[in-house]
Parts: sequence; structure tokens; C-alpha cells
Amino acid sequence: MTGTIEVETLLDGMVRELRTLLQQRGITDAAMVGIHTGGVWVARELHRRMEIAEELGSLDISFYRDDFTRIGMNPQVRPSDLPFNVDDRHIILVDDVLHTGRTIRAALNELFDYGRPASIILAALVERGGRELPIEANVVGQSMDLRENEHVKLTGPDPLTLEIQQLA
Amino acid sequence: MSGANLQVGEDGRLRHFLSIEGLNRGLLTEILDTAESFAGVTAQTVKKVPLLRGKTIVNLFFEASTRTRTTFELAAKRLSADVLNINVDASSATKGETLLDTLRNLEAMHVDMFVVRHAESGAAHFIARNVEPHVSVINAGDGRHAHPTQAMLDMFTIRRVKGPDFGRLRVAIVGDILHSRVARSQIHALNLLNTGEVRVVAPKTLTPIHVEALGVRPYHDLCEGIRDCDVVIMLRLQRERMQGALLPSEHEYYRLFGLTEDRLSVAKPDVTVMHPGPINRGVEMDSRVADGPHSVILEQVTHGIAVRMAVMSMAMRQQDRTVEDGA
Repeated sequence: MTGTIEVETLLDGMVRELRTLLQQRGITDAAMVGIHTGGVWVARELHRRMEIAEELGSLDISFYRDDFTRIGMNPQVRPSDLPFNVDDRHIILVDDVLHTGRTIRAALNELFDYGRPASIILAALVERGGRELPIEANVVGQSMDLRENEHVKLTGPDPLTLEIQQLA
Repeated sequence: MSGANLQVGEDGRLRHFLSIEGLNRGLLTEILDTAESFAGVTAQTVKKVPLLRGKTIVNLFFEASTRTRTTFELAAKRLSADVLNINVDASSATKGETLLDTLRNLEAMHVDMFVVRHAESGAAHFIARNVEPHVSVINAGDGRHAHPTQAMLDMFTIRRVKGPDFGRLRVAIVGDILHSRVARSQIHALNLLNTGEVRVVAPKTLTPIHVEALGVRPYHDLCEGIRDCDVVIMLRLQRERMQGALLPSEHEYYRLFGLTEDRLSVAKPDVTVMHPGPINRGVEMDSRVADGPHSVILEQVTHGIAVRMAVMSMAMRQQDRTVEDGA
């Protein structure tokens, strides 16, 4: 499996699923948070299409990674920006690729250092196998069955393109 | 390991933080960018990140300094490290223990980082050369030599107020340039960040000879020196210098070099006034300037925490490299 995938149709599908899920749960005032960098790109698109009133938030999980003692500080760390109070909010957390689940673990920890959300919904553009933690997405753009030497990467932000690469 | 590369590892990353000399613009910018991210941690309900959980940092102060020690301690705690404050003045030194003995004892307690303050120039370098490979050293001020975290928090403050382009800035450093480790580190940092013009303003007796070699223009008149400046950095006048022949009196110094609102009016209208603290009101500057609209002195204190968090997390050694280093 190699090549590029159009992201537009995946985003449309995610918007539909998210709307249904929010309706089922009776949530009318969800706030959205993207994880740097690809997750923010995806979140920006979803946020616009769903016409969410609350300003989009962003998380850089560098300070919450579990591999700091092995690889050290990420030199490209950016400030996290949550322009709303997290307490008692329903939050849609967005990432580009859900793989091991470790990024999401870090993002959840960081979110809880800002407050106590009412609930968190996880939306991922791509979900692939290889989970190392009991974490699953509520809404997925596309599930991919990739081999271990295959790598999926989102490039962007304009246009957003998914590329599948074979690692040597 | 050579002295020149003591601070930077073979991978180009920070290993110790001892002086601004020996670093490059990329590293300084990385420190400022990382500090910008840490500044956001104060917006969290839990003002803490788990980055250095399980690491032990020792504040090893051979010279008293409540303010610097407190901001280092708070920075380490916001990174979730365990912190030990050791005032050597009051313990081993008086019992005859040598510096190396003190170090070895602390190392035996599995310390990961030393933050060192010492009255002797070169003390932090000496310690960095003698610690185990997995231990990092941060210089919190050594003699007349360097105070690099103070310089970086000043650069951070200037960048926040004036924007990232230092090239269009004219900066004056005013006060006891001769004895000031802060001034020395600031001059190196300003030059590395390509500041348009750096001036030092001081009486002749407090200006180092050949100061131009550092890349600054010396002035001996306050108003001439701060004319059209975007940033004026005041230094603390150490009162012990008054006993020597270098200065006639505090009153006389204030009359010639004290920053008043009146004198400040020759600088740019949007001039920013800084001071590393603690201020001698009525000696270096008038209270109306210190508490006035141009002053960012308290912001400097706040920024000091974020900048020290950045430096500590960037210099903390990683486990896999420890293995390589130890081999």
C-alpha cells in the first residue's frame, strides 16, 4: 500500500460522524482541541466545517511525552493554547494518525492539568494498528491496515495530503 | 572534552549552560522558543509539567542570592524535579571540605543536575569539567564572569516587548560594567542575536579597558548614552564598590548616572527599561522610573522562571547518551 490519499472526503465523513455522536450524547457546546502539528491542521478543517463557536485550542504534548528520558527535549516545541476554560466542557480531541496511543495518553494528561473536562471525544483522521495502550478513537476518517515498515504521514496544511511511505 | 565544547554535545545540543560564549544563535533562539512554551504552563490549573519527574536537581549556592535561587527552585519544581538547596557557605566550606569533596558526596546521592552560584569566576566550568558524564551543570552566576540565565531572561523580555528582530534595536547597558557578570553575558547574547547597536554607559572607572573589543560603544555621559535607545538596561550598583576609590559616593553617582524620568525622555518614546534586581532606589534609578510605564522589571522576574525551565530541560542528560558517554 503506497501513494497519496485525498483528505477532503475523509473530513466530510468525520464531520457527519461527529455530528451524529454529539447529537446522541446531547452535546451542543463542544470545544475542539488539535494536537500539534498534523492534528491542528485536521482540527482546523473540522472546526470550520462544523461551525464550532468556541475558538479552536491546540496542544503541544512535548512536555508530557513518555520518552523524554530517552530522546530529550523536542527542539520544535510550541506553546499550547487553550482559549477556553476546560472545566466541565465537552472536548473533541483531534489528531492526524492514531498509532501507538502514546500521544493521546500525553494529550489527556496535559488536558487534565488545565482542568476537569465533562467528557473527551477522540477523532483521528487515520487509525492504524499497533496500539500499545488501551486507547481507541470515537471517530475515524479511515482505518488502515499497514505493515510495520509502512508509515503514514500527513503533509499540509494546504493542501492536506496523506502519504504512505515504505521505510527501508 | 575540550573547554570550548564543554557546553554543547557532539549532537549540537545543550549539555551544560555555563556562559553565552561558545553558544550559537540557533541555540539561543531555541532557548527563547522553548521558554515561550513554558511561559504557557502558568495558564494551567496545575502549574507543572511532568518532564523532569524523577530527576534530582541541586541548587549549589556558594554565594547568597535569594531571588536567583528561588526562581531556579520554582523552575525545577514546575518541571516536576526534586530540588535540594545547599548553601555551601554555611556548611562544608567552614568545615574544611574541598569543592571536589562536596561534589563527590552529592554525586553519590545520584544527582542529575547542579545549579551553581559562586563568587569565583570559572567555578561552574570547573565543576562541569569534574562531574560524572550524566550530570549537567547550569551557571547561576560566577564571579565577574557570567550570568547566562539572567542574560537569556533579559533577551526573552526584549523579544516579547520589541519583537524578534534585534537588528533594528539600539540597546544601552548602564552601570558598573567593569564588575558585572550580567553585563558581560548580556553583551554576548545581544551580539549573537545581531542587535543593531549595543552601548555601555558608565563612569570611566567602571568601564573595562578595550571594551570596544566586545562589540559595544562606550559612553561616559548618561544622556548621550541612552539617546534614541529602544532598550535601557540598568545594572545594580553593588554598594561594596563604594568603599573603594572607584566611586565618590552614592549621591554623586545618582547625580551623574541615576535614571530619572527627565533623563529618560531623550530615549525613544517607547523605550523599555530593565533592571536585574534588586533595585537600589535613588541610586541607579528613581522610583518613578522603576514603577513607571516603561519599566518591565517585574515581567523580567516572571520570565526568569520560564527561561530557567527551558535551559534546565534542554541541558538534562538523556539515558541513552549516558551509556555512550560512560563507555
